[in-house]
Amino acid sequence: MATSRIPLVLLACGSFNPITNQHMRLFELARDHMHSTGQYQVVGGIVSPVSDGYGKQGLVLAQHRIAMAKLALQSSDWVTVDEWESQQADWTETVVTMRYHCGRILKEYERSTGEHKDSSGNPSPLSSPCPQLKLLCGADFLDTFQVPDLWLDDHVEEVAGHFGLICVSRGGLHPEQAVAASDTLSRHSHNIFLVREWVRNETSATEVRRALRRGLSVKYLIPDSVIEYIHQHNLYTEDSERRNKGTVLRPLAKQATQPGKSLDD
Amino acid sequence: MDGQHLTKVVLLACGSFNPITNMHLRMFELARDHLEDTGQYRVVKGIISPVGDAYKKKGLIEARHRLEMARLSTDSSDWITVDPWESLQPEWVETAKVVRHYYKEMLEAEQNTDDLDTVKYAKKRRIEENHFGASSHQKKDGLQLMFLCGADVLESFGVPNLWKQEDIDEIVGRYGMVCITRSGSDPHKFIHQSDKLWQYRQNIHMVREWVTNEISATQVRRSLRRGRSVRYLLPDGVVHYIQEHALYSAESEQRNAGVVLAPIQKNTEVS
Repeated sequence: MATSRIPLVLLACGSFNPITNQHMRLFELARDHMHSTGQYQVVGGIVSPVSDGYGKQGLVLAQHRIAMAKLALQSSDWVTVDEWESQQADWTETVVTMRYHCGRILKEYERSTGEHKDSSGNPSPLSSPCPQLKLLCGADFLDTFQVPDLWLDDHVEEVAGHFGLICVSRGGLHPEQAVAASDTLSRHSHNIFLVREWVRNETSATEVRRALRRGLSVKYLIPDSVIEYIHQHNLYTEDSERRNKGTVLRPLAKQATQPGKSLDD
Repeated sequence: MDGQHLTKVVLLACGSFNPITNMHLRMFELARDHLEDTGQYRVVKGIISPVGDAYKKKGLIEARHRLEMARLSTDSSDWITVDPWESLQPEWVETAKVVRHYYKEMLEAEQNTDDLDTVKYAKKRRIEENHFGASSHQKKDGLQLMFLCGADVLESFGVPNLWKQEDIDEIVGRYGMVCITRSGSDPHKFIHQSDKLWQYRQNIHMVREWVTNEISATQVRRSLRRGRSVRYLLPDGVVHYIQEHALYSAESEQRNAGVVLAPIQKNTEVS
């Protein structure tokens, strides 16, 4: 029997403030890359916008960020938007979100293989294994592992070791360096897939918000439907950019009050 | 500011558009924002003019496809249009001739709609022309055609036999240019090092691209050949069209291989 590819779901967490063509490119590039390894079959993509509790400066309401992401992904046949993380009362650690989606995927898998059991109640031999979940991110995300108190060591271990990362590099960033700079990441380098974005496309949501504040065009950087939504709701103004100014980012506030498990000896 | 004092501008972009990408379309948006930000201009129209097949560039697919893709990509724009004139000419047409053609067309269109105000504007134009002196813009009734391009085109002025000097003089001196900078190139330096361009520096509007968005059509074609996704780099309609017609293969990239580019052929011919 031919070795079947491992089904894979890609999860991207982030502000998506707003979602841009570059975010959607990440999925396309990651899918192509994972397929080219010969080992994986990408079966789904999830955009999981962070909750308002994240406290990042300039973050507009989750309801808007979700709506915009949905509009942007309307025409996609494999990437969807998930609201779970945004609906949680407090900011959720990335690993918690990953565990949630992994559990969901497993339940779904068990349900569907349950429907395809043979007469003895065994799962049909032709059914593929349970889809894996990996975190999809940009190279700048890898650098966040170096920020003091932003990540719990155990969480880095779980994200990189248990789940795995697909990191798409943009512009002049060098993700190999970020991996090398971290003992934990280096140990799991086989589970960290580095994808080179061959197009120097530094469309950042920050720049998009800046352009919108100044009344400049962002057409062809984000989908038309998202531009329309932004104008309809008058999002991204000087005021919106000042939101959460001076507030401590929630992960930092949270980590400060809860010493990481690794400190307990 | 009183709308009557604004110069109306039509932006013209020539090129292979092989295929058109979001970056090409961004150029128009950036140029319009930049010009209108000066408070002197109102951009009324954008024209995409794909080059004819006779250009003989390596990998250039048929004009009818390039035109259709450009049309699909401008569906959602209320000011950018595609014009097939250049691509329908049997021979390759010098850019200066293309600019002249659209300038004439622009005047004719304006003439048809603006007969009432000729007296008022003629007087204003005389005053304006006195201010410009040597590098007078070809401006009639507060209407101007500007050539839109990336910094790489500006720098191509230095490539031997690619451009005729008098054509550069005409495009930059008589009409005007809007040049979108690409990271990695220093167009100001290029202008500084050319006496001719330096002379016309008032006619060259440099637009700093605040987001690096270098979607190269060459790399798009490469990705397509390798079965990689180009979604979100080109408008969806264009991606579908390419898939539908199976454009851009290893074969299509070999078209015109070894053939001399038409402008170089023309400019090196012994007259």
